Amino acid sequence: MSDEMTTGRGPGLVSSLGDVARRRFESKRVTTAVQGVGLEARGIHAWFGDRMVLEDMSLDFWSGTVTALIGPSGCGKSTFIRTLNRMHEFIPGAAMAGQVLLNGEDIYSSGTDVTKIRLKIGMVFQKPNPFPSMTISENVLAGLKLAQLKVDNKDDLLEECLERAGLWNEVKDRLSSYGGSLSGGQQQRLCIARSLAVRPEVLLMDEPCSALDPGSTLRIEETISHLAASMTIIIVTHNMQQAARVSDYTAFLLSDGGPGKMVEFGPTGEIFSRPKDIRTENYVTGRFG
Amino acid sequence: MSQALLSAAEGAVPAKREITTKPRFSDRVFRAVVSGGALSSLIILGLIFFFLAFQGYSVLRSQGIHFITSSNWQVVQDTAGNVDPKHTQFGIAAMLIGTFLCSLIAIIVAVPVSVLAALFLNFYAPPVLKKIMVAVVDLMAAFPSILFGLWGFFVLMPSAEYWAKLLHHFLGFIPIFKVDPPIFTRSPFVAGLVLAVMIIPIITSVSREVFSQTPLDRIQAAYALGATRWSMIRAVVLPYGRSGVVGGAMLGLGRALGETVAVYTVLNIVYQVNWHVLLGAGGNVASMILLKFGEAGPQEIKALMAAGLVLFLLTLLVNLGADLVVRRSGGKGR
Repeated sequence: MSDEMTTGRGPGLVSSLGDVARRRFESKRVTTAVQGVGLEARGIHAWFGDRMVLEDMSLDFWSGTVTALIGPSGCGKSTFIRTLNRMHEFIPGAAMAGQVLLNGEDIYSSGTDVTKIRLKIGMVFQKPNPFPSMTISENVLAGLKLAQLKVDNKDDLLEECLERAGLWNEVKDRLSSYGGSLSGGQQQRLCIARSLAVRPEVLLMDEPCSALDPGSTLRIEETISHLAASMTIIIVTHNMQQAARVSDYTAFLLSDGGPGKMVEFGPTGEIFSRPKDIRTENYVTGRFG
Repeated sequence: MSQALLSAAEGAVPAKREITTKPRFSDRVFRAVVSGGALSSLIILGLIFFFLAFQGYSVLRSQGIHFITSSNWQVVQDTAGNVDPKHTQFGIAAMLIGTFLCSLIAIIVAVPVSVLAALFLNFYAPPVLKKIMVAVVDLMAAFPSILFGLWGFFVLMPSAEYWAKLLHHFLGFIPIFKVDPPIFTRSPFVAGLVLAVMIIPIITSVSREVFSQTPLDRIQAAYALGATRWSMIRAVVLPYGRSGVVGGAMLGLGRALGETVAVYTVLNIVYQVNWHVLLGAGGNVASMILLKFGEAGPQEIKALMAAGLVLFLLTLLVNLGADLVVRRSGGKGR
């Protein structure tokens, strides 16, 4: 509390968010994080055409942790996570500089098979995007077909992925109906199950709950918490409470009209209760953004 | 639920209100203008139909079903030069079957080529090449058909003859590839190929347009799962674009069914049903009308009008069928 007093802030939203995050942080096994394993971003810059949208991002994502990226719209959060699995390069005119190391190896080094990279670094998008021409089970197993992977027991994998995504009980009786027949929240969990089926080490989530209602959001957050034990999760979110609830670390990004930069990075509890930078404080207290 | 029942029992459900708006004058004028535009094509189509039906009625009546089941086409005149209605016969079975064969060959050849071309243009071509090729393909779609006919006659036919001989040599045991006597030029096969070249730009254009509308989030979902470009296309683009490709193919088929001059240039028209596609004897309703029109007497003109009516109905039927196919296969991939 004394820290908060010195920054001249009352016990409002921030301290409660800080408490949420701190409780989570302390109750969890952050000690299981192993340095040097996982994903490391080194000096990432990104451009669209001549316009630089992201400047000098360096961040480590240790396995077994959830990292939240927060910041106002247009600060480069989505661009940043799209550089992490090489989805950035699909946009015409997009360019990047820097390195992304997965278990020590640069995913941008020449001769890398980009499809293999994306198998290890999965992605869940803002809008649920199941394949409408496929059934629920085909959707979950789509990655195997797309990447031409072989699995011994597809039924087990199907159940396991849906179970981990928290969807199994709701769909086990209608696995052969089409993906589009599910509700928005279920579709998003189907997409999570789909990305789990290729056994990624890292899961990137680009505002996975922004199109969902609070109930579905809660289910997805529970799913994230379960998944975090076994993989690295990086989540972009506009929802402070969500960042506080699900993440171990938080990075705050900001653009002052130019390229987005990282303002602050630290354990989520500290970002929400004792931010070092006044801009972070203003943002997490809701004074702007 | 119980409340609704209760109020219904009491008769308290209000009557549904009729909701109307009074359009402004300018809106009504504009409405009349656009309705006129939309109706004009319908009216013209109707006029053509009635003209053909009116002109061809007497022939259809006297020939009956034989008009489309027999292949005899002969005008018999008595000594005074009058048409003898008893022995004059008009039948277009050979022409109908020929039309069907040529168009089928055209579709079989054109659809795969067009789909591959459209996929190349959308997903593989470098931007500059794409721009140039799209322009060229669109230009080709508007090319005068006589030029395709001439090119088909002088350039395509000699090579097509060679391919036909290859087909005959290796697949001759299949009845439709039988050729006897060995005449390989001016066959339905050659005409089908010329038609294919003509409709490839149309189908390519339509398919490219549909493929380019594939939702980006699905494409990205596939790539994010480690898809290669081809596996992405198979899982996402083709299911999405399938109904569009069918629509494009039907548009092409419509053109192939009605094509006159190009077919006339490269097809040997024979009044005999011929299923052997490599043999230089075929039929085509539109080309027959062109062939006969110049020297036809009044009675024969009427028969040609009747043939035109049949062609009109055939095209209409194909388009309706296409519509059904598109609607049935449309929902799933979207």
